[in-house]
Amino acid sequence: MEMEKLRFGTELVKRGFAKMQKGGVIMDVTTADQAVIAEEAGAVAVMALHKVPADIRASGGVARMADPRIINEIMDAVTIPVMAKVRIGHYSEARALEALGVDMIDESEVLTPADPFYHIDKRKFTVPFVCGARSLGEAVRRIWEGCAMIRTKGEAGTGNVVEAVRHMRMMNFAIDKIKEMDDERLYSLAEVYSKAYLRLPEKIKSEFGEDIAFSKEEIVFEEYTLGEVVEGIFEVLKEVRELGRLPVVNFAAGGVATPADAAFMMMLGADGVFVGSGIFKSSNPEAYARAIVQAVEHYDEPEVVAEVSRGLGEPMKGLDVSDLEIQMQERGV
Amino acid sequence: MKISIIGVQGDVEEHVLITRKAMEKLGLDGKVIATRKLDQLFGSDGVIIPGGESTTISKLIWKDGMAEEIIRMAEEEKPIMGTCAGMILLAKHGDEQVEKTKTRLLKLLDVKIRRNAFGRQRESFEVELDVKGIGRFNAIFIRAPAIEWAGDDVEVLARFEEKIVGVRQKNLIGLAFHPELTGDTRIHEFFLSLI
Repeated sequence: MEMEKLRFGTELVKRGFAKMQKGGVIMDVTTADQAVIAEEAGAVAVMALHKVPADIRASGGVARMADPRIINEIMDAVTIPVMAKVRIGHYSEARALEALGVDMIDESEVLTPADPFYHIDKRKFTVPFVCGARSLGEAVRRIWEGCAMIRTKGEAGTGNVVEAVRHMRMMNFAIDKIKEMDDERLYSLAEVYSKAYLRLPEKIKSEFGEDIAFSKEEIVFEEYTLGEVVEGIFEVLKEVRELGRLPVVNFAAGGVATPADAAFMMMLGADGVFVGSGIFKSSNPEAYARAIVQAVEHYDEPEVVAEVSRGLGEPMKGLDVSDLEIQMQERGV
Repeated sequence: MKISIIGVQGDVEEHVLITRKAMEKLGLDGKVIATRKLDQLFGSDGVIIPGGESTTISKLIWKDGMAEEIIRMAEEEKPIMGTCAGMILLAKHGDEQVEKTKTRLLKLLDVKIRRNAFGRQRESFEVELDVKGIGRFNAIFIRAPAIEWAGDDVEVLARFEEKIVGVRQKNLIGLAFHPELTGDTRIHEFFLSLI
């Protein structure tokens, strides 16, 4: 028999992985013990971190990729997929996580960004990526870069769902709008969305005292010309228009703290939920973890959401977003 | 005809869409529903358990009686198909990962499965396989399980590198890969033909 040709890290394999997470809860964990609690509660995956976002926020300083020792301990402790975060644009952290064998990389605004201009070109990796997005423009750019899953940015570590709701609503409204657009209008939108790739070239042009106009043939990001970027973004937008949704899985993240928060995000159309600080910063992590899993499955059954919320104890304390010194969502657009 | 896709977690929608497409191709009249509730499962002519996380799906189907109903339907010889996590749940025997996570199986398919038999996500792949009765098929393996051994009543439908990755035991079908992620309806058409 001829040798079968194996294809690793294809778009189907990467996006397929994310689809297997649908309807599930992905929980932030910092130790192997927490990972086991998450798995036992019914989490579909865990995010391995050295600090949950609430603690990253409290401690300040530069937040980086977690210690591989912690990640390995967590990978050894559970059978479900293990994800881990890298700083925006940090290729070496991402390559290191890929070498460790994590199942998905979160190129995350929760960590301090490493590249002020660009995100990682995720097509160049075998391992799939998830990225945060506040709006359709951010989502479409990340998908064009090869991201296999989108999540709302929300505002991590606050226990305040308002920003995740804002981002989900902005996404949904924009998708509804583009359903009515013809190709010409959609192409102009692709041109607008592509401008984010011009930040570095514009800076250099202005330093050189040159005119800031761009031709389609100029290389603006990795090996891609502006024309290729616009065409690529246009193709993703056409897919969004045809499907009436993002062509990849879209989860809620950044401030989900209670079962009702999780159910609400599902009602708004999230495919699943990331819970960061909400579980292990609550007074009863096991109970919170189980209850949030139940609430996501039964999001449209208010009596179940009420039942699982009963007597849970104190949720994480939470922060008002307007009091924040750092808005993580502003990072990486 | 009513086909239910167990909808507690996983790639449910993909199964709904491809089953509808398969019905259309065969000129069958019927509905395909995703269900998270026991009462919606009643009266189904066939059931599909999708891909997802077997640990999660197991907990949720045993919580509200869906598991017992699937077992009852299997006894009535209604067709039941499991892909990836769905195949794990159909199996009679699990591996040490199933034991360690105390994942409760449906114990219908006389096979011993091995979870994550090909490795982690980085090792996940697509490959063209020969599937018995179907032909060449683009099989997508995602942190996929494999079958370590199968009982005498189990017919092997597909192998990859000596590992069994597709089986049929009368009305039950188990696949380690994901036909629902392709546009190819042939396996779902075969499933519908068992009704």
